[in-house]
Amino acid sequence: MIEVDVKGLSCPIPVVKTKQAMENNPKKTITVVVDSNVAKENVSRLAESKNYSIKVEQAANEECKLVLTPSA
Amino acid sequence: MKNLFSSRTGIIIVGTIIGIGAALLQYLGNPGNMGICVACFERDIAGALGLHRAAVVQYLRPEIMGFVLGAFVAALFAGEYKPRGGSSPLIRFFLGMFAMIGALVFLGCPWRALLRLAGGDGNAILGILGLIAGIFIGIQFLKRGFSLGRSYAQAKASGWIMPGLMFGLFLLLIFRVSFAEGGPIFFSAEGPGSKYAPIAVSIVAGLIIGALAQRSRFCTMGAFRDVMLTKDFHLISGVAALLVFAFAANIIFGQFNPGFEGQPIAHTNHVWNFLGMMLAGLAFALAGGCPGRQLFLSGEGDVDAGVFVIGMIVGAGISHNLAMASSPKGVAAFGSIAVVIGLVFCLIIGFTMMQRAK
Repeated sequence: MIEVDVKGLSCPIPVVKTKQAMENNPKKTITVVVDSNVAKENVSRLAESKNYSIKVEQAANEECKLVLTPSA
Repeated sequence: MKNLFSSRTGIIIVGTIIGIGAALLQYLGNPGNMGICVACFERDIAGALGLHRAAVVQYLRPEIMGFVLGAFVAALFAGEYKPRGGSSPLIRFFLGMFAMIGALVFLGCPWRALLRLAGGDGNAILGILGLIAGIFIGIQFLKRGFSLGRSYAQAKASGWIMPGLMFGLFLLLIFRVSFAEGGPIFFSAEGPGSKYAPIAVSIVAGLIIGALAQRSRFCTMGAFRDVMLTKDFHLISGVAALLVFAFAANIIFGQFNPGFEGQPIAHTNHVWNFLGMMLAGLAFALAGGCPGRQLFLSGEGDVDAGVFVIGMIVGAGISHNLAMASSPKGVAAFGSIAVVIGLVFCLIIGFTMMQRAK
């Protein structure tokens, strides 16, 4: 399970970190922990462009987990 | 609730509104090819407060106040108002300061660079190329793990400071307070500072753009960055819309005058137009947003963005006081050395704040 924690990081660091995780772990599911709508939107857009499916899990407070699964 | 404005269509609509709005504000009185310029307008505010004494660029620009207040209200309604901060505030202050110094060597922020191009000013091409070069350098740091660090939730009141400041400035504008005979608040009698659209139009335009930009995350620096970093053409489609519609509106209003010489509030020094904007672009890239975006973020409670904005306003004061800001006559005596110092500062920050990617 690969988890990328981008809480409190401002644009574009969440996208950069997610992209690196994708490149270092091809074909693996990546969970990204975000705490802002902007990061959520940006990471989701990256995931869509890389053909990952996105599942949003609401966690405590304003945090949520984006579970990114690569399509086969 | 799905955020309509964060879609591709949304960002194009916002870019279109900003482009037409800027041309319209110029038509209604704002300075040439400066319907909206975040750097220039913050500089005018610095001048009005007496932070610099360049008599031709002093006015309390309502557009800036509208940007912050519009973003504040939009964020409140969207449930996105969230006071946060603590991500290298002092570094952000200096990035803001040097960004302003670079922008004032070129004479404009990224928005104005686009608006200058849309008005036919060929010198803007050098500025935009410089901007892209600066962002490209910033990306090299980002790819190697550059980050200013995490921000954390802040006290509720800290997020009110920037909107409160802007509201206070608006009151000073409305009541034209004079703090001493012949003293501030200064309002230019001639030059760019004396040219402005009616206050009501400016503040309403600012509020609308502030609200829309908050919802859509419009950012000119981010637009170029995302294309180079992740081949993401989302933000750039909004920037393209701004350019195209400002150009079209300028044609309609008779404001399009192609050329390099004699352009409004511009000079023709290609080298320093390029390098000034390169410094600004690098500083924006490291700080994560163009000057407009920093204003919108400060409205939604991002205290660090507020620090960047204050850095820019102080930077404008220093820039004019220490003969670093260009004028239509050309680059000022200390403009070039200031850009070099700024670049060195940004490179040191870039190199020292890379965390090894895990």
